[in-house]
Amino acid sequence: MTVSSDASAWPSSSDRSETRPPALRTAAWVVAILVATGLLVSLPLLVTDYVLSAILVPVLALGLAGIGQNLITGYAGQLSVGSAAFMSVGAFATYDVHLHVRGIPLLASFAFGGLVAGLVGVFFGLPSLRIRGFYLVVSTLAAQFFVVWLFTKVGWFSDYSASGVISAPRLALAGWDLSSPGGHYWLALMIVAPLTLVGRNLVRGRLGRSWMAVRDMETAAALAGVRTGRAKLLAFGIGSFYCGVAGALWAFTYLGTVEAHGLDLDRSFQVLFIVILGGLGSITGSFIGAAFVILFPVALDQVGSALAGGSVDASLLQNIEKIIFGALVILLLIKQPAGTVRLLQIAWCRVRRWRPRSA
Amino acid sequence: MSFFLEVLIGGLLAGVMYTMVALGFVLIYKASGVFNFAQGAMVLFAALTFVTLSEHGLAFPWALAASVAVMLVLAVAIERVVLRPLVNAPPMALFLATLGLAFVLEGLAQLLYGTQVHGLDLGISDAPIHGLPIEVSRFDLLAAGIAAALVATLGVLFQTTRAGVGLRAVADDPLAAVAVGLDLPRLWAIAWGGAGVVALVAGLLWGARVGVQFSLSLVVLKALPVLIIGGFSSIGGVIAGGLIVGASEKLAEVYVGSHLGGGTETWFPYVLAVAFLLARPTGLFGERLVERV
Repeated sequence: MTVSSDASAWPSSSDRSETRPPALRTAAWVVAILVATGLLVSLPLLVTDYVLSAILVPVLALGLAGIGQNLITGYAGQLSVGSAAFMSVGAFATYDVHLHVRGIPLLASFAFGGLVAGLVGVFFGLPSLRIRGFYLVVSTLAAQFFVVWLFTKVGWFSDYSASGVISAPRLALAGWDLSSPGGHYWLALMIVAPLTLVGRNLVRGRLGRSWMAVRDMETAAALAGVRTGRAKLLAFGIGSFYCGVAGALWAFTYLGTVEAHGLDLDRSFQVLFIVILGGLGSITGSFIGAAFVILFPVALDQVGSALAGGSVDASLLQNIEKIIFGALVILLLIKQPAGTVRLLQIAWCRVRRWRPRSA
Repeated sequence: MSFFLEVLIGGLLAGVMYTMVALGFVLIYKASGVFNFAQGAMVLFAALTFVTLSEHGLAFPWALAASVAVMLVLAVAIERVVLRPLVNAPPMALFLATLGLAFVLEGLAQLLYGTQVHGLDLGISDAPIHGLPIEVSRFDLLAAGIAAALVATLGVLFQTTRAGVGLRAVADDPLAAVAVGLDLPRLWAIAWGGAGVVALVAGLLWGARVGVQFSLSLVVLKALPVLIIGGFSSIGGVIAGGLIVGASEKLAEVYVGSHLGGGTETWFPYVLAVAFLLARPTGLFGERLVERV
């Protein structure tokens, strides 16, 4: 048997896996999902606290923000550069509701933060009913600057703390203390995993299809009976809900504290880059992008100090990082606009189709 | 009353500076339909190039000429490396690519020239002119004069030169322009080169004001509302937009913002721009979009 000359990225119906009995395939899936779940849940026992709190938790939080950005930009095609604003609304709303409503469960305050962020997202998405394309950048930038200003200037939001910094409430679920690095990770996983599944189903369902129709050609979508205005506002609302919950996770499980300036325009760009690098219009891609964004600076730092034989100037590394990120974004947009996730799919299909010549 | 006038004039003169940055956008948008987010990074890059050259002892005219040359080379490189492979890509991909470009340019500028703040002295005093009923800085007036001269020059170039007519043809209909034999990549390089030179002038004026440093790159954020209000494709529009943004944000900050705790200048232009967008989506002077299916 020879290597197939057809290098198409798509698995065809002649794939070997399709010829297995259906029951066996279902069983294989169940086993795979169980193993993956078990692995994800037991990770705190396998890795160090550093990996947990400096890599896994921020990847989960930023991956969730990436999903939010992806719903708005990758699926519904509405360009937003305000993710960090929605994240910060989520973080502050979670903080305030936990502070002012006595005895509210932790998960409920996260949900409340997400809901408030979603409403704010719908509000700043309203101009999308009249304007298109990158004009929308202006509306979301307005959100970005206004939210940072509001949380800095109005003391009520940060409970009149002099520095404008808010710190995390004690993290506990029904008496179960989650203040260890492992607890932070479990809490993040407990919130991110179901939301990821919901997001995955959303984009495959009626709503997701109407988003993609709006993205691909709005006029045609309207003619086909999609209520485009409703679809766009829902994209902003749901996407911002995801960003809001992600912001609360970022603030309370990763940093422990947050101030308005920690979620500024640069963070919005970071989330946007996560989506471009991981894959526009891919839920999995959001996590790949988030992992890259978190891991790359760590790796660069390691390589830098290994090459220089000591510590390297931080601003030098930061500039190199900026150049590489920018160049990667341009390169991916030119070579593979569907992002890293498509590259991995192509590689996986090549591996699956590859057969040793002597077999 | 004279206080109001002072605030108004100060705002208008700040608006002139915004206009200078926004001009570079319009040049590129007209020629290639690209919304160039990297314009601010180009301002930073150009100003840092000039300052570094003069600090190494180059006289003003030579440093200026060398910086212009650097910006032109950069424009050609951008056309080759970024724009040409992205021909026919959707507008959003092009916008995101310029966002990536902004990161590359910002990193590169600080990697090559360092991150410290450079002072820039153009030899023009910033002192107020005496003998007028209100205080106006000599520097601001000169900046306004330079901006006016730049706009006039661009207008003449667009109307009379072969490249200018070509650029207008491309702006009108790229396919038709290619069909009659215009060299599209060359025109793009010219437009980006022009935007680079505009960025240099803007960078020098801003740099003399606030020092040549990273924050120069952020003036792009001030230019966006200017473009929305004025319209993306009209040079007259960005002048009006710049003046409106400059004057209104200063007036709002002085008369309203001071009661809200100050610092409203960061978001006020955006709220104004969104209001304009909702009322008049093409801007004051923008072309009416006709969408074909």
